[in-house]
Amino acid sequence: MGDITAPDLSLAALAPLLFVFGAACVGVLVEAFGPRGNRQPVQLAVALVGTLGGLVSVLLLAGRGEVTAGGALAVDGAALFLQAVIAGLGALSILLFAERALDPARSAFVTSAAVPVGSPRDREQAMSPRVQTEVYPLATFAIGGMMLFAASNDLLIMFVALEVLSLPLYLISGMARRRRLLSQEAAVKYFLLGAFASGFFLYGLALVYGATGSIRLSDVRAYAAVGGADVLLVLGLALLVVGLMFKASVAPFHTWTPDVYQGAPTPVTAFMAACTKVAAFAAVLRLLYVAFGTSEWTWRPLVYGIAIVSMVVGAVLGLTQTDLKRMLAYSSIAHAGFLLVGVIALGAGSDGGGSGLSSTMFYLLAYGLTTLGAFAVLTLVRDGDGEATHLSQWAGLAQRSPLTAAIMGIFLLALAGIPLTSGFTGKFAVFRAAIEDGAWPLVLVAVLASAVAAFFYVRVIVLMYFSAPAEEGPTVGVPGLPTTIALAVTVTATLVLGVAPGPVLDLAQRAAIFVG
Amino acid sequence: MFSMYVPILGLFALAAAFAVFSVAVAPFVGPRRHNRAKLAAYECGIEPVDQPLTGGRFPVKYYLTAMLFIVFDIEIVFLYPWAVANDALGVFGLIEMVVFIGTVFIAYAYVWRRGGLEWD
Repeated sequence: MGDITAPDLSLAALAPLLFVFGAACVGVLVEAFGPRGNRQPVQLAVALVGTLGGLVSVLLLAGRGEVTAGGALAVDGAALFLQAVIAGLGALSILLFAERALDPARSAFVTSAAVPVGSPRDREQAMSPRVQTEVYPLATFAIGGMMLFAASNDLLIMFVALEVLSLPLYLISGMARRRRLLSQEAAVKYFLLGAFASGFFLYGLALVYGATGSIRLSDVRAYAAVGGADVLLVLGLALLVVGLMFKASVAPFHTWTPDVYQGAPTPVTAFMAACTKVAAFAAVLRLLYVAFGTSEWTWRPLVYGIAIVSMVVGAVLGLTQTDLKRMLAYSSIAHAGFLLVGVIALGAGSDGGGSGLSSTMFYLLAYGLTTLGAFAVLTLVRDGDGEATHLSQWAGLAQRSPLTAAIMGIFLLALAGIPLTSGFTGKFAVFRAAIEDGAWPLVLVAVLASAVAAFFYVRVIVLMYFSAPAEEGPTVGVPGLPTTIALAVTVTATLVLGVAPGPVLDLAQRAAIFVG
Repeated sequence: MFSMYVPILGLFALAAAFAVFSVAVAPFVGPRRHNRAKLAAYECGIEPVDQPLTGGRFPVKYYLTAMLFIVFDIEIVFLYPWAVANDALGVFGLIEMVVFIGTVFIAYAYVWRRGGLEWD
C-alpha cells in the first residue's frame, strides 16, 4: 500500500467555517434535546454567536493569503472579504427571522411546512403560537455553505458548498406562515430548478476534469494557459457558468427568481437576495478569475452577453410588476447584470490587475445591505392576510408612517443608484472598472438599463408620497428589537457607503487578491 | 485528443438507435394478445399497494425510513475504505473519521429525539 500523507490543515484559516458549522451542529442538538419552551431564544443566541463568531474570526484573519486543506480551500483577501460580507448579512437575516412583534402568531414561519394547504391541521397551525425554531440551524448551515463557496479552491468543494447552501434554502423557502400555497410552490420550483442547475454544474465539472485531469482551479488555470483552445474545457466552463448563474439569478437563468422571492417568507427572501447573491458571485469571480483568468477570451463574450440580457430583462420586466416582492426580484436580476459588468473588468494583469474584482466586491456589499433592508421594510407593512405587497396598498404610505416611507425611500434610491447612496458608489465603481477595461458599450447598456430600472423604484416613492392613501389600507407594524437593529444597520450602511465610501473601497482594493 | 472520446459517442449513437428502433418497430412486429396481466402496472413483481381509502395519501414514514437508510449507508460507504486503509491513514485518518461519525451522530440524535425512529 502506498504512503498516504495527511493534507496540510490550517485550523486557524478554517476557523470562520468551523465556527459557523459548529454553531449549526449545536443548533441541531438544541433542537433535539432543548426544552420546547425556551428553544427560540437559545436557537437565536446560538445562530448569532455562530455567524458573528464567524465574522470576528474572518476579521482576525484579515491579510492572510494561503491555500490549505490539501489545496481545497483558498483563504485569501477576496475570500475573507466576501466571507465577512456573508457572515454579517447572515447575522442580520437571522435577526429578521427572530422578529416576533409583527405577525399576530409571533413568527413568520410555520411549524409543519409539509401539511397540505387548506386541511384542518393547516388552519389549526396558522394561528398556533408554536414557533418554528429549525430555521435557525438551517439558515446557519446555509451561511456556512456560502462561506465555504467563497473560499473553495477546487471544483468538487465548490459543488459540495453549492449543495450545502442550497438544500436548507429550498426547505426554508417553503415555511411561510401566510400564503402557504405560494410558499410551497416556491419551495418546489426552487428545488426542481436548483437540482437541474446543480446537474449542469456537475456535468461541467466532469467535462473540465475530463479535459484537464484535475479539479483544482490552479491546475485548470495552468492547463488553460498552455493548452489553449480545447472544446471540452470550454464546454465544461459554459456548463459550470450556467450552474453558478442560476444561483446568482442572472437572466436567462432567472425564471425561478420572481416566484421564489414572492413565495418565500420575506425574511428568507431578504436572506436569499443578499447572501446567496454574494456567495454565488464569489464563486463566479473565483472560477472565472482563478481557473480561467489566463483564457478570458473563452468566457468574456459569454459573460458580456448574459450581462446585457440580465440587465435588460430585469429592468424591463421590473416595470410591469405590481407586487413589490416580485419587483424587487426583477431588481435583483438587473443588479446581477450590473455585477457582471464588474466581473467583465478582469483587467490586463488577470491577477487582480484590473479593478473588476474590488469594485464587484464593493458592489456586493452595498447591494446586499440595501436589498436586505428593503425586504425588511416589506415585513412591516401588513394587512389581515400577512404582508401587503401589492403596489396599490402602498399608496400614501408616507401619511400613515413617515418613518417607514422614508427608510424605504432611501433603499429604493440606493437600488436605483442615486448619488449619496451606496448604490451610486457601487455602480460608479463597476462602471469605471469596465470602462478602464474597454467595455464601454456594455457600460452604455448598463446606464440605459439603470435609467429604466430607476423608473420603477421612483414610482414606488411617488406612490408612497404623492398618492392618497386607500380607505382599507394596510397597517404599518411596530417592529421589535431584531428588525429595528437590522433596519438601523442597513440604513446607516447604505448612507455611509454613499457619503463616505473611501475606507471600504480601499479595503476592497487591498482585499482584491486571489491565491490559487 | 478527441479520438479517445469516439467510443463514447459511438455508445451514445448506439443507445439512441436502439431506443428509437425498439419503440418504432414494436407496434408493427409484436403480437397483440390482451389479458388481465397486461393491465397491471408491472407484469411481474409485487402488485402495487392500493391507496388508502381515506385521503389517498401515502404515509411519509416510508420516505423517512429511506432517507435514514441513505444517511447510515453513506456512513458505511466511508467507514469501510477507512477500515481497510487504516494503517496507511494513521492518526489523522482516525481523527477525521471520529469527526465524521460525530456529525452523523448529531443527525442521529436529532432523528431519535424528534421521534423519527418510531413507526406509529
